[in-house]
Amino acid sequence: MRVGIPKEVANGERRVSAMPTTVAKLAKLGLEVSVQSGAGEGAEALDAQYAGVGATIAPDAESLYRDADFILKVRPPQELPDGRHEVDLMKEGACLLGFIWPAQNAPLVQRMAARKATVLSMDAMPRITRAQSMDALSVFANIVGYRAVIEAAAQFGMFFPGQITAAGRVKPAQVMVLGAGVAGLAAIACARSLGAVVRAFDTRPSVREQVQSLGASFLTIELEESGEGGGGYAKEMSAEYIAAEQSLIAAHAKDVDIIISTAVVPGKPAPLLITSGAVVSMHRGSVIVDLAAEQGGNCALTERDKVVEKFGVKVLGPTDLASRMARQASELYAATIYNVVADVFDKSKGEVSLNLEDEIHRGIVVLDKGTLLWPPPTRPKPRSVAPPVDAKAPTPPPPPKPSAAGPIFVGIIAVALCAAGLFAHGDFLEHLTVFLLACVVGWHVIWNVTPALHTPLMSVTNAISGIILIGGVLLVGAAGTGPFTAIAAAAILLASINVAGGFLVTQRMLRMFRR
Amino acid sequence: MTEMVGSVQRLTYIAAAILFILSLRGLSAQESARRGNVYGTLGMALAVAMTALAVLIGTGGAAAATPASAIVWLAAPIAIGALIGSMLAARVAMTSMPELVAVLHSFVGAAAVLVGIANYLEPNRLPDPVHDVEIVVGVFIGAVTFTGSVVAFFKLKGTLGSRPLLLPGRHLANLAMVVACGGFAVAFLRAPSSDGLTPLLVVTAIASVLGVHLVAAIGGGDMPVVVSLLNSYSGWAASAAGFMLSNDLLIITGALVGSSGAILSYIMCRAMNRSIWNVVFGGFGAAPAAGAARAGVEAKPVQETSVDAVADLLRGAKSVIVVPGYGMAVAQAQHPVRDLTTILGERGTQVRYAIHPVAGRLPGHMNVLLAEANVPYDIVKEMDEINDDFPSTDVVMIIGANDIVNPSALSDPSSPIYGMPVLQAWKAGKVVMLKRSMSAGYAGVDNAICYNENTLMLFGDAKKTVSALVAALNSAR
Repeated sequence: MRVGIPKEVANGERRVSAMPTTVAKLAKLGLEVSVQSGAGEGAEALDAQYAGVGATIAPDAESLYRDADFILKVRPPQELPDGRHEVDLMKEGACLLGFIWPAQNAPLVQRMAARKATVLSMDAMPRITRAQSMDALSVFANIVGYRAVIEAAAQFGMFFPGQITAAGRVKPAQVMVLGAGVAGLAAIACARSLGAVVRAFDTRPSVREQVQSLGASFLTIELEESGEGGGGYAKEMSAEYIAAEQSLIAAHAKDVDIIISTAVVPGKPAPLLITSGAVVSMHRGSVIVDLAAEQGGNCALTERDKVVEKFGVKVLGPTDLASRMARQASELYAATIYNVVADVFDKSKGEVSLNLEDEIHRGIVVLDKGTLLWPPPTRPKPRSVAPPVDAKAPTPPPPPKPSAAGPIFVGIIAVALCAAGLFAHGDFLEHLTVFLLACVVGWHVIWNVTPALHTPLMSVTNAISGIILIGGVLLVGAAGTGPFTAIAAAAILLASINVAGGFLVTQRMLRMFRR
Repeated sequence: MTEMVGSVQRLTYIAAAILFILSLRGLSAQESARRGNVYGTLGMALAVAMTALAVLIGTGGAAAATPASAIVWLAAPIAIGALIGSMLAARVAMTSMPELVAVLHSFVGAAAVLVGIANYLEPNRLPDPVHDVEIVVGVFIGAVTFTGSVVAFFKLKGTLGSRPLLLPGRHLANLAMVVACGGFAVAFLRAPSSDGLTPLLVVTAIASVLGVHLVAAIGGGDMPVVVSLLNSYSGWAASAAGFMLSNDLLIITGALVGSSGAILSYIMCRAMNRSIWNVVFGGFGAAPAAGAARAGVEAKPVQETSVDAVADLLRGAKSVIVVPGYGMAVAQAQHPVRDLTTILGERGTQVRYAIHPVAGRLPGHMNVLLAEANVPYDIVKEMDEINDDFPSTDVVMIIGANDIVNPSALSDPSSPIYGMPVLQAWKAGKVVMLKRSMSAGYAGVDNAICYNENTLMLFGDAKKTVSALVAALNSAR
């Protein structure tokens, strides 16, 4: 079976679906590989390097498509500059793997169906643990987030890191990241590593930890609505919520130098988060990089693929950031593509063999020999831990509900105290005051204990609770002797064991701790 | 003279109380921990010495007993107790620390009961209903603490099985016992002068049964929380004694211990994502059979491996995380484990330890053991610090840990431990699980991690296995 790596047609597209390293691995699977001449040039991979690992170099698209049974692409197939369509060049019944976006490209899907093609779409990869190594969306999002910060830094006429120099003090750049998916998190990490102070906003409360783990602060809205959609993606929010978002962002916009916005909801126009008013309030020289430009933009003033200056603020709407880092993008994409090929290629039969019971196969297949199988049936929401890359920690199950017992308990105590206050003598109330104050002190003293010290702490409190010893002492000292003196002495004995044992064993434990 | 002793005594008590607060405060950070222990010891010495002095001079009670006999009554039990305590502390193995703590709790509980009864029997006692309430409350708490701690001790020691004892209608039974105690307490309060002893003893007996039953119903996996709760109870018992005896120091100290123990229990419950009510009344681990019998899990075979294969694996690893559990404590394997990680560290491998908040049978149990084996505490990481690092780790060595690395806690709502945060060891490149056998962990739940493709099982006693690994790594150097 012959795999074909065509040169991407789209204008300015420099990525490629296989690099020499993965071509070598494909060959190991028993596949023959053809690479169109110049396919890897944009990603710094030359024909000679492909040839060096055993690939055949096809001089043009026509000859490549003529022989290939399995086409690996980046972008959806489209018209060549000479007016012929890539789909029409494909062998009848050939297989194609790449980004298809079947929902947006219905005519293309029909066209491929007419060629009896088997089409697998990288963008439909289910977000489950097993598929993480095949998740090309995350690969590109990671690159895009990083590059967005680099682009912003290039447009920003100031340092990112704060510095104190002989010529005066430089404050660190303030960066706000909207949307903490893979791209947003990559942007946070990059901006942080350049020395900026970063804050981030996302509608999904579960990403707070991830944002904070990268050293950014997390902005929240005082409105109860979770943006958690299926599969780790965000869902569309209510108008009321979006209004609250806008005002939150506007409030922060005037303090920040850079905004990187990455908020997209799958299959929907991007939410408008940065209003014109927010842009006006920003300092002159600030930069907005709107990564949602392709879906209409998160900023009201974004123009797709352009750098525009509005009210002294530069607004960037790039859609080709991954392609600007074509080598990195291709290396990683080629690896995910290889992983998919290795998963769907049946060595023994020497052909692509789909198992529609398999969640991954069922997810990515658009056409099977011309039969439309997309969209896949919705599966019950996977319970698996299956962290999509942008949600590393699984959503923690909700913490136990605060039980009603607490308040009831407090209520009972309050009633009891009132009753005691009415009937008891003054002494008792004095003791009660002392008791309650001590409870509060104990409460506060313990909160910040490090878990490593739980055992010594417990053992020392245990020793201290041996204070009951003095109860025994007081009773022994009471007037006269009698059976009660012996009982009290027994109490002293037991408590003494506790005191001595507790303190000594604590000491023994603590002596062992060393750095 | 008496006046002066009185005020000196008060000042000393204040000093002791402050020392206790400083002690607890000190124990919350590594740097100040030892100082904290010294403060505590000092406070205790001051308090006992002052009280004894006051009693001997004659301000403690009304008119003191003859000093000579009082000295004997005081000095003898203190000396004997201190001796026994010191011996216990010096001899106990670090692995049986949980048992020791539990048994010490029981002493406090017992002492509280004795103090209550002795106080009632004291002839000069003023007939005061509030006072009698204090006595009965103190005795009740003390008795529950006493027997509860004893049961916890036996469970930790392994004499009693770890499975919870779940009698039918146990909540009702508990409630009935509490109500009965209330009833006898009323009888006790109404009884003329010293006739109340019988109802008081009955209350003690019922409370003792209650303590046994409460703790017996809690599964072994929850023992850390229980020990900490009992710690809290022992504080409340001391506080109650303070009320009976009108002694502020007892009240303060008891309250300190009580509330700090309660917080500690709460912190630990939070680490397990469970409520304290759930631990105390939940009868956790009651349905392990259902978990073990889940289809699809036990059908899969495990991959068994050998010491040499693991040594090879470790030699090739760039980063290793060790997840210790109770099994390491049982096998006393902390020293070989330390040797293993030292060797790996010398080879340039990044080695860290991941400690789950409830690993072992008492909070911080693993930290104590590792400290005993001289593992530097800056490579010992807490769950939150290290959980994100598993995916980038080559090899995870799970040594005698089970439930705390069970993926079902995150993925399987039918699992009894669903919702408990766990160490996500299965995300590492390879997982080596040292285990004695395929039996389930303390929670009685089968562990899906054993059947993962990237999990290798290394069966045997942890100490022997790890020592063999150390030898294998050394010979290849």
